[in-house]
Amino acid sequence: MTAQAAAAMDDYNFAYLDEQTKRMIRRAILKGLAVPGYQVPFASREMPMPYGWGTGGVQVSAAVMTPDDTIKVIDQGADDTTNAVSIRKFFERTADIDVTERTSEATIIQTRHRIPEELLNEDQILVYQVPIPEPMRFIEPRETETRKMHALEEYGLMHVRLYENIAKHGAITTAYAYPVKVEDRYVMDPSPIPKFDNPKLESEAIQIFGAGREQRIYAVPPYTKVVSLDFDDYPFDPSKANHPCALCGSVTSYLDEVIVDDKGGRMFVCSDTDYCASRIRRQEQAA
Amino acid sequence: MYVAVKGGERAIDNAHTWLAEERRGDISVEELSIAQIREQLALAVARVMAEGSLFDPDLAALAIKQARGDMIEAVFLIRAFRTTLPRFGASEPIDTGAMTCDRRISATFKDVPGGQVLGPTFDYTHRLIDFTLAATGELPPEAQAGEPRTEPTPHVTEFLDREGLIQTEEDDTKTPRDLTREPLDFPADRPLRLQAIARGDEGFILSMAYSTQRGYGRNHPFVGELRVGQVAIEMDIPELGFAIDIGEVTITECETVNQFMGSKSEPPQFTRGYGLVFGHCERKAISMALVDRALRWEELGEDNVGAPAQDVEFVLSHADNVQATGFLEHIKLPHYVDFQSELELIRKLRAEAETAKAEEDASPFQEAAE
Amino acid sequence: MSVTPLLDVQHLTKRYGTRIGCSDVSFKLYPGEVMGVVGESGSGKSTLLNCLAGHLPPDEGRILFDTRTEGPRDTLTMSEPERRMLGRTDWAFVHQNPRDGLRMRVSAGGNVGERLMAVGARHYGNIRNAAEDWLERVEIDTDRMDDRPAQFSGGMQQRLQIARNLVSGPRLVFMDEPTGGLDVSVQARLLDLLRGLVRKMGLSAIIVTHDLAVVRLLADRLMVMKSGDVVETGLTDQVLDDPQHAYTQLLVSSVLQV
Repeated sequence: MTAQAAAAMDDYNFAYLDEQTKRMIRRAILKGLAVPGYQVPFASREMPMPYGWGTGGVQVSAAVMTPDDTIKVIDQGADDTTNAVSIRKFFERTADIDVTERTSEATIIQTRHRIPEELLNEDQILVYQVPIPEPMRFIEPRETETRKMHALEEYGLMHVRLYENIAKHGAITTAYAYPVKVEDRYVMDPSPIPKFDNPKLESEAIQIFGAGREQRIYAVPPYTKVVSLDFDDYPFDPSKANHPCALCGSVTSYLDEVIVDDKGGRMFVCSDTDYCASRIRRQEQAA
Repeated sequence: MYVAVKGGERAIDNAHTWLAEERRGDISVEELSIAQIREQLALAVARVMAEGSLFDPDLAALAIKQARGDMIEAVFLIRAFRTTLPRFGASEPIDTGAMTCDRRISATFKDVPGGQVLGPTFDYTHRLIDFTLAATGELPPEAQAGEPRTEPTPHVTEFLDREGLIQTEEDDTKTPRDLTREPLDFPADRPLRLQAIARGDEGFILSMAYSTQRGYGRNHPFVGELRVGQVAIEMDIPELGFAIDIGEVTITECETVNQFMGSKSEPPQFTRGYGLVFGHCERKAISMALVDRALRWEELGEDNVGAPAQDVEFVLSHADNVQATGFLEHIKLPHYVDFQSELELIRKLRAEAETAKAEEDASPFQEAAE
Repeated sequence: MSVTPLLDVQHLTKRYGTRIGCSDVSFKLYPGEVMGVVGESGSGKSTLLNCLAGHLPPDEGRILFDTRTEGPRDTLTMSEPERRMLGRTDWAFVHQNPRDGLRMRVSAGGNVGERLMAVGARHYGNIRNAAEDWLERVEIDTDRMDDRPAQFSGGMQQRLQIARNLVSGPRLVFMDEPTGGLDVSVQARLLDLLRGLVRKMGLSAIIVTHDLAVVRLLADRLMVMKSGDVVETGLTDQVLDDPQHAYTQLLVSSVLQV
């Protein structure tokens, strides 16, 4: 971005969106928090980044943001992936707020595809970027039908899908965007986080899900029951690669597989870069 | 090695700088001005305004320049800019009957009051590459201008309407829902559908319309009328207490006349499809009218033959190219967390399958015993 | 009779514009009874069935269904969720075309298990056993359990549709020409199977058909419809052997000629 263009960004309202729009989004968020797991339609705006690149999350973050907030943006668990960098810069430029890579320091964390390893607290808001908010979309493509199914709690088909998985593969083969039932009512897509992250959906923090292109916002309030769909005899299994992190040695965190040479050599490292870095820092201090 | 996997701020900055350089191209070639684009690539400007839902030729020209001629990218720039504009109010409905027509044709009548006005059209040109355009500096001969009509040009469908031959469009006086201020909601009524199609991708709407002509929801259209020209925009100013003229826009309007066999309760009558877009965009306006007509099957008591163009949810959910291109291109973003999860699952399932097979192989007597 | 009817239909009327679908139909169906509705196409029998099953809203009348918990209730004034709940628990609907009643992209086992899962079954093994049991009952080789219905013959598809409907132990089954569109030999086998199931399970059912052989085998009572009106009712044998109405006489004789 040129200096001119950067200066021009200063002419926009705080966090890009005008106050009317933010108010509209906050109303949708409040409704979402009041009805956990329910997809609230909202008049999503065109944002200066493409649909599918986090426009829903950006609008939610912009709507809840105050000048005192500190934001952390992650993509695939990492702060330095291209999309995370781009969104973080967007807020630095349009809202001039503090940014951080430390999970514990952030008041708003916008994420794509991961929940941070470190447990979140009541003072934090986790904002998810959601590509397809409808958990039944690939069973029933029609919005009018799926809304009716949610309204009438007709979720039999979700289990038919899991049944088919087991019948065919001997296991439930959904590895990410694993559907959950929220507070015994709405079946919800947790966005494409790995199923490893599903247990962390029961959290002390407010979790808000924004789908810009699909014009939906939904939420999981703090301390809300979130259950991953499964069968009694085929229980939900939040498994991950069975390796320690090659950098920090963690055996509990979610790992990325990194191919290190062209002879099939690979290593496993924490996908959550802040978690990994702070573990290494602590180890160095202890040494 | 590991660090190289992650993107990093520097790489992004460098990419942007390179992009700016590519945009400018060879600096020994003169830079395009906004005015040049606006004047000489007027149809591109019109398309960007139509799909960007913002009438501003200079801004659209700038967007085209910034987007290096990528039309959807230019539409996207306009839309994102539109988001930041405060809304002062809404204009009065435009009166297309009072349009100053540059072009106005009817395919249903040989001659009509107001006349057939051919206007600037590619229609009867031979599509031969004109190499004289490659040479510079030659001005085209001046077109012979007729006397511009001052009186309103009546709509062709009005003549049919007077005889009761075409279904009347009732004005329900309701304020239509605004697609840019409310989420798209189904069932979508006609005003909402028309809004969505009007800003939908020209290629998509064209293909949908074309599919109806080829039998997927055929609706026998005639171009009752196609007109291109300028209309005044009036806005009610509360402080003044009356509406004033705040400018004019160029628009293209198409009304199709379609057959309708009638039903048990209705005598046979013609029906209509309607298209209206910013700028000079004939292809889009006609396509829009055909798709509009196809989507009206339910209201007109026709059969749903399962054609894509009859499916409101399908057409409206996939017409917007800014949405479509964003979601399509987002698969370029890293997905390695999800991929890793799939990778683990596949390894696990394969390992289980191999163990099962090994056990089977290890007990050769089991089969004999059965 | 002091027994509460399972279904008590009162003055049911459905119009399509000025055309009559069915007109002022009243009848009672008692538990364990199978009622046949016969008539030529356009007689209103399918309209009637679709109104009864909640697929079409009738213009007038009441449909009282003896619910498990609250006794007789008018299904027309029930809320949509309540009606849908009935549709996947106490009611079953067998379509003429199995494709309308099956999920063609879901395995046979999944098709049978769906109704169980819809009402909360969460044990894969049990669901599978139930599906296996029902496939056996409708004479489908359990080896085919994980195949999709698209790979099945028409007769097998229809038997699968029946299994899928009966697995949840419905108290009332609606059948729309269940043997229509099948070869004669396949029809005979299906009829035989249906008769066995009806007897063994003591099913209550309303079967719409133009095929008198079907009702002769399955129905206790018969209702004959013509142009939207019920022209004759009675015990099946009585109606078929001693038809009173001229139209029924014609219907019966036309079959006998074949």
